[in-house]
Amino acid sequence: MLPLLQAATANTHPLTRTIAEWVWLVPLLPLLGFVINGVLSLAAAYHPGPADPGLAHDETTGGGASEHAHADHDTDGGATGNDHHPVARHRFSGLTSIVGPGVLILSFLLSAAIFLAMRGAGEISAPFVQRYFSWMPVGDMHIDAALQLDQLSMMMTLVVTGVGALIHIFSVGYMQDDPGYPRYFAYLNLFVFFMLLLVLGGNYPLVFIGWEGVGLCSYLLIGFWFSEKANADAGKKAFIVNRIGDFGFLIAMFMIFANMRTLDFTGVQQGAASLPVGGTLVTAICLFLFLGCVGKSAQIPLYVWLPDAMAGPTPVSALIHAATMVTAGVYLIARSSMLFSIAPVAQIVVVLIGALTAIFAASIGLKQWDIKKVLAYSTVSQLGYMFIGVGSGAYVTGLFHLVTHAFFKALLFLGSGSVIFALHRAYHHTGNHDDAQDMRNMGGLKTYMPVTFWLMWIATLAIAGIPPFAGFFSKDEILGALFARAQHSTIASAHLFGIPGSAWLYFAYLLGLVAAFMTAVYMTRMMIYTFHGPNRTGEKERGYLAEAPWIMTGPLVVLGILTAVGGWINLPEFAPLGRVGALEHWLDPVLGEPTARVIAGAGETSTGLEYGLVALAVLIAVGGIALAWTRLKPETLVPKREAPQEEGFEKVLINKYYVDEIYDEAIVEPVVGISRGLLWRGVDAGLIDGLGVNGSAYFARFVGWIGSQLQSGQLGTYAWVLVAGVLAVLGAFSIR
Amino acid sequence: MLAEALFFSAVLFTIGVFGVLIRRNAIIVFMCVELMLNAVNLTFVAFAQAYGAAGQVFVFFVMTVAAAEAAVGLAIIIALFRHRQTVNLQNINLLKG
Repeated sequence: MLPLLQAATANTHPLTRTIAEWVWLVPLLPLLGFVINGVLSLAAAYHPGPADPGLAHDETTGGGASEHAHADHDTDGGATGNDHHPVARHRFSGLTSIVGPGVLILSFLLSAAIFLAMRGAGEISAPFVQRYFSWMPVGDMHIDAALQLDQLSMMMTLVVTGVGALIHIFSVGYMQDDPGYPRYFAYLNLFVFFMLLLVLGGNYPLVFIGWEGVGLCSYLLIGFWFSEKANADAGKKAFIVNRIGDFGFLIAMFMIFANMRTLDFTGVQQGAASLPVGGTLVTAICLFLFLGCVGKSAQIPLYVWLPDAMAGPTPVSALIHAATMVTAGVYLIARSSMLFSIAPVAQIVVVLIGALTAIFAASIGLKQWDIKKVLAYSTVSQLGYMFIGVGSGAYVTGLFHLVTHAFFKALLFLGSGSVIFALHRAYHHTGNHDDAQDMRNMGGLKTYMPVTFWLMWIATLAIAGIPPFAGFFSKDEILGALFARAQHSTIASAHLFGIPGSAWLYFAYLLGLVAAFMTAVYMTRMMIYTFHGPNRTGEKERGYLAEAPWIMTGPLVVLGILTAVGGWINLPEFAPLGRVGALEHWLDPVLGEPTARVIAGAGETSTGLEYGLVALAVLIAVGGIALAWTRLKPETLVPKREAPQEEGFEKVLINKYYVDEIYDEAIVEPVVGISRGLLWRGVDAGLIDGLGVNGSAYFARFVGWIGSQLQSGQLGTYAWVLVAGVLAVLGAFSIR
Repeated sequence: MLAEALFFSAVLFTIGVFGVLIRRNAIIVFMCVELMLNAVNLTFVAFAQAYGAAGQVFVFFVMTVAAAEAAVGLAIIIALFRHRQTVNLQNINLLKG
């Protein structure tokens, strides 16, 4: 047990002397996994065994179950022809397969035990804060390494470790043949450690450490196959774009500390109580915090990194860029709900950004051909929904959608990973270099991969919002809450740019409905093109298409079950199929007060209106699916290399509204130009190097040259100078 | 008595200085340096006679050092002559910037 600095305060808590005191072990187990896998990775890199020569070389060139037509095609594909390719399996892959997922399963079991202990402890109103050591005692600032266990962090911990464990197990099948296998698991374990630090941290700086740490791991895993420049560039893009958001987070922290003299969540909660509602200060803090969330959770205008992040291995996309890390922004707003609930203008901004992102990303998703890009834009769009939820002060519904989205989007990503795996394997057998991620090269996969096919349809229905799957309940609650807040709440009575909040919220509601329609369309499109119609993979390759091994389909099945029944954790009142509002009740000690403050005593929405809204949402979802089902003809599609160029608005959508190009022209090029022309050539090479470093050297050399001219080598001259000096000194003394 | 001795010593020193400054022959320059040393010795002796014997001790030291210096200096001049076939200081100007 680690020494407790302030055990005294925790002693009175109902969780004292329960398994909850072992909460520090939950993040520490993945850290242990990181250390072990990292050592294995380095050990093999420095001492390649005699059995697998050139392994250190393979480590850096990538390969195995890679996404695109990859380096391994070029290196051994030609040499071995249509034969089975020699497995470049890492020599410690067996140990890694046990340690990597093992630590996550243990971590999940421990958090499940803590969850049961929390449920058994009855009503817990105060957070269970464990302080381990004093981290930054500087003047007024006392920041402890403290973990805060409450209902919110418990929920997030369960999602992170639970979904994380499933994705780790899937990764064993997906990544085992990759030469960098232990390195992969080392990064993945490290990611989970930082993510748990993020959700369990008891103060803003500790959350920030987790926040930066997951960003680092995201960078490392996006660029996992860094030998291809595009992958390395995607990693850098994610890292750099996130810096903008992190700047906002930092400024918000500075402002909080400058005004409240504390950064602990409990302290900020007390400090927020004395702040004026809707004041400039709290609005500024919230907007800067939201800037951090915009970066991490890929909202307009900083969403551009997330679609590029698909360059990483698909399980990474599932874990980091769909289920956990990108939802950190939603968590942060829920965690800071004591601030957001008294800043209605900031809440309007959050809702608007969320709604705009939802519809914008969904429209791009309509025309993407890369299966992972469709899911990436879908993720951006769904994150927008979560921000609508937490932005409209319905914190629980935002988090509810976070949980269900973690289930169905992880399922969709892992399912797409399973599809890519099958296609890649088929292409590998025949030495084909076609794109294993392009939907134009898929089609008709339902006969080859029935398990994946059915599970992905469940997830598609869930994300489209078809009852009774998880996404229906959560998305519907978000839209319902938004509508209710637009009618009466502190947000509705606030003003942004002179327009009342209720107008903004109705506008966001409209955008949300259209985005829901688009979601149904693009998801159905993806399913049709991937699994239905004729197969377009290729004559030779068709024979090699097969379902992924059980180690991969197993986690899919579990996620499929969660996707189907996940909505039960927070059933709405109009559908009492079990305990109503369980999640809301669970989170009430943390989020009840801020939610009530935003609602401002509004009554319930009338049941008739509620049924109407639900019926409208379902109708839209069904309409979207029906439209896609009847209008899209997979029979007319041709494989990628024969496909014609798109024209008109389709081309704009395929090119993602040219946002990357606009950013490139408007921001990247000027910054690079100024850096190169002014900062590098002007300031650095000109001023600092030219005037500063070389200039002072030239000056010293010039003065030295003058001195050297006095040294003629003539002894007589020296003697004259000496005597003149003596006379001068004597003269100076005599004058006095 | 002291004044005369000091005056004579000053004259002697000045002759030495001017010799060093003006003459170009290394041996003569060297002899002028010795002349200056002996002028200093004379001052020491004169002061010793007027104020106490401590100055005479210094004279012995100076003479010892001057003897050593003469040995080394003459050796250098001989080596120089063997090398350059001259002892004219104007031609010996290797040490310069």
